[in-house]
Amino acid sequence: MSWDLVANVAIAGVLTGLVYGLMALGLSVIFGVVRVVNFAHGEMMTIAMYAVVVLFAAFKLDPFLAVLPVAAAFFVLGYLMQSGLINPFITRPEHSQFILMVAVALIMVNALQMIFGPDARNVQVDYQLESFEIGKLLVDKARLYSAGVALATSAALFAFFRFTLLGKAIRACADNYLGARVVGLNVRHLYAVTFGLGSACVAVAGCMMVLLVEVTPTLGPAYTLLAFVIVIVGGLGSLTGALAGGVLIGVSEALAGLYITPSAKSMVSFGLLILVLLLRPQGLLGKK
Amino acid sequence: MDRRQFSKTVAAAGAASALAPFGIVQAQAQKLRVGVLLPRSGLQALIGQSCQRGADFAPAVLKQVLGVDVEIMSADTESNADTARTRAERLVQEGAHVLVGAFDSGHTLAVAQVAEQRGVPLVVNIAAAPPITEQGYKFVFRNFPTGPELSFNGLKLMGEIFRSTNTAPRSAVFMHVNDAFGQAMAGGVRAIMPKLTELPFKIVDTISYDPAAKDLTVEISKAKSSNPDFLMLVCRLNDAIILRREMVKQRWNPMGIVSPGSPGIYEEQFTKSLGPLAEHVITNTVWYNPKTEMTKTVGAAFKKAYPKDELAFHGVNMGFTFDAIMIAADAFKRAKSTDPKTLAEAIRQTRIPATGRMSLGGDIVFNPKGQVDGNYSAAIQILNRRPTMVLPASFAEAKVIFPDPKYKRS
Amino acid sequence: MNRKAFVLLGLLGIALLILPAVANAYVLSVATLILFFAYAGQAWNVMMGFCGQLSLGHSLYVGVGGYAAAALFVHYGIGPWAGVWLAIALCVALGALIGLLAFRFGVSGVYFALLTIAFAEFTRIGFDHIQWLGASGGFFLKVAQREQMDLANFRGPPAMYYYAILALCVLAFISSSLLLKSKAGYYWQAIRENEEAAQALGINTFRWKMLAVVISAAMTAVAGVFYAFYYNNLFPEQIFHISRSIEIILGPIIGGIGTLFGPILGAAVLTLLADGITEALAALGWEIPGVKQVFYGLVLLAVVMFLPNGIWPALARRFGLGK
Repeated sequence: MSWDLVANVAIAGVLTGLVYGLMALGLSVIFGVVRVVNFAHGEMMTIAMYAVVVLFAAFKLDPFLAVLPVAAAFFVLGYLMQSGLINPFITRPEHSQFILMVAVALIMVNALQMIFGPDARNVQVDYQLESFEIGKLLVDKARLYSAGVALATSAALFAFFRFTLLGKAIRACADNYLGARVVGLNVRHLYAVTFGLGSACVAVAGCMMVLLVEVTPTLGPAYTLLAFVIVIVGGLGSLTGALAGGVLIGVSEALAGLYITPSAKSMVSFGLLILVLLLRPQGLLGKK
Repeated sequence: MDRRQFSKTVAAAGAASALAPFGIVQAQAQKLRVGVLLPRSGLQALIGQSCQRGADFAPAVLKQVLGVDVEIMSADTESNADTARTRAERLVQEGAHVLVGAFDSGHTLAVAQVAEQRGVPLVVNIAAAPPITEQGYKFVFRNFPTGPELSFNGLKLMGEIFRSTNTAPRSAVFMHVNDAFGQAMAGGVRAIMPKLTELPFKIVDTISYDPAAKDLTVEISKAKSSNPDFLMLVCRLNDAIILRREMVKQRWNPMGIVSPGSPGIYEEQFTKSLGPLAEHVITNTVWYNPKTEMTKTVGAAFKKAYPKDELAFHGVNMGFTFDAIMIAADAFKRAKSTDPKTLAEAIRQTRIPATGRMSLGGDIVFNPKGQVDGNYSAAIQILNRRPTMVLPASFAEAKVIFPDPKYKRS
Repeated sequence: MNRKAFVLLGLLGIALLILPAVANAYVLSVATLILFFAYAGQAWNVMMGFCGQLSLGHSLYVGVGGYAAAALFVHYGIGPWAGVWLAIALCVALGALIGLLAFRFGVSGVYFALLTIAFAEFTRIGFDHIQWLGASGGFFLKVAQREQMDLANFRGPPAMYYYAILALCVLAFISSSLLLKSKAGYYWQAIRENEEAAQALGINTFRWKMLAVVISAAMTAVAGVFYAFYYNNLFPEQIFHISRSIEIILGPIIGGIGTLFGPILGAAVLTLLADGITEALAALGWEIPGVKQVFYGLVLLAVVMFLPNGIWPALARRFGLGK
């Protein structure tokens, strides 16, 4: 196995992993703060992808430019979803939350099918299939740009949580629910903001994902599962953890695909999940 | 437009279109009720809906050509075996005399058990798993090749492609999707390759991949690294698109992409998504016969109902579904009865010539297992954004282009 | 159980017993499906409803149980009555493994649920590669003619399968009620309500949780064996899929977790709802693909929002039926 094959595969693994990490970022924020098991995460990303497709078809809007409007729209949607639908479920047992989100996911997937039909949709931009050539290494342009957006988004989120008042208030809620309420924070509002933020993140991920895959109504569930794996492996509530988890999964799956058989590469992620859950449940970069 | 309105529209369209020279036979007093089970929602919705069109056109065309009154009772299996089973029971309960379906092998087996239990004939439209006609069932009939047959026909056609273009690629990398269909084809390829000594190439690497994977970078990297002359691919629609794109990103231009038998490549989405990248991809698959009167009649009705769509993208799904219903109608005409057991016996005696069917193949005659032998494949190449028949030569609409013009000997 | 409930139960029992004689084949097939999910739901309920351990990967046991019995039948000609013991043994071992790993390492709540999903998914992909079991191409059991009843190989008319799953349901119901009233039941409920307090009281929570997991796994294994011999084909993608796990738990959650009747009622309501929506939509002419699932999802949403403890507790209260 030549070195350039391994290198190419590894690089692709890292870039893809960063995009997966971007997708998981939203879940980490939601799960880490609101503690709601959002099993409709992948479906929300699918809706964002369809939004980008529609915008592209109508206005020829490049997905990178669509990031701001779509993310803003999803922030609002997420806020409304949390305050309207999910809030009463925060104190409910996990299985109730699970069924709630499963029902929501079911409705989303089938509503998408009704509206858009089962055909796959995509956007066609010229840089989509190009790659940078560096000696024997080929770096996929679309993936590289998306990875860049992933890093930028996490940096922005990090800054938000570290330096803004609102961000600190949210972290306070996550760390100590009772204390936060005692201090007078409007926890309901903050939870909704967090859900909105998480949704905005997943929308950004959707914008990027649309450059890499075709969108069909049934795309969601696999990504929901993947997002959970990444979040657990990387560490709950840790932004760098989500990215790191994504990269780890991306690279290990890529190398497993190379050295063992590609059809078994998902076994690696689940195997990793099992190991992490048993040996280090707070995840690689999570706090105990 | 819902199902009822649609059937009426099609009936009107069918009646108004050019008549086929079969002549109208005296209409039967009774109506044959055909229960059609297809996955119209869920994961297989795209193909299920494509097949459904074949069923939609059946009543009007069969009335016109065979003089038989057929009523279609449609049920959605929702891409789920439990639903397939209960829907089949429901159709029989509501008076279906014959069942047709169900596209997926697992669902078809569930429906087959219901059919056998209730003594209602099932004519399988599309499903390739061999066990469907290996159970010793008396009420299950299939006019569709099994996985091993598909592999065999596909590989033989590959030899013909190379012969007709005077090329002799020496190596191929075999990539296949790891689901029920891909596994069956792979098994067939493994078993048949050693026996087909006329094929000039050897398989240098076999890579199986997850059908749900959205990222196939590793797979293509691996395939490219063994430096094969061409890519032999067994795929479905979404993965085929991803693989083709990945090949461009990794700047891999082999002599060609040839499939011994996959759906996906001839589906509309493939050319729509890939545009010029879809050109010259070949799949050796079951197809519809462009020259028969049945095809022309159904084609005319199709054009009226879907003026913006191309028959080429739906012909094979429609063809086999339509033919399954036609087999039932033909049996009904001979048996002059809607009693399921009588119908089953009549179906067993079916003798429809190759020119009397929409799908491509020989005469429709069922062997003792209820299977039709002699269904063969055609080489379909994407030329000018259309799935075009290039082999067998008697049906060819154009000549095969191989190797791909972008191929450079490295 | 009070008198009113007892009488109703008796009536239900009689209705279920005479069903094959009075109902048509379609109704029978739907009833069989309901009972299957009622049984699987009861098995899951032992672990979650009684003991509070959320498993979202129960399809693992259905699959392993099914494949175990099927493999013995197809490769060695051993019938399901013997095969079911292998199925149970394997699932008990698996359940014990998962329980051991999880509980020793302190994995609980939603993390435990994710662990069960991971095991199920890992196994699904694994089975996709086991050639001896057909891999992703599927594993097929040979089906003989159904007119004669071959009890040894569990082949026969649909009524036979109906009575078999009915018997399993009844056994599960009786076992569940016995377990609930036993020492195990009390300890489980204590653990479910507050594990730390239970530990403080000196209960060996590890042992009792393990028992719940293992019993649940064993019961579900039998469901898998039934499935294998009823459908006669097994595909890893279908039997280990997470949607199967979700189907199994919907019944108990909607019906009422932790109750005896909940899983049965839930399975009945959901299956009839699904079929009912399909029929209603057909009658209205709204046959757009996907509409049915949207309505189904909306009903689920409504139930989970307004009846958080499930339908059975509300129903029981209303009609004075006790638990």
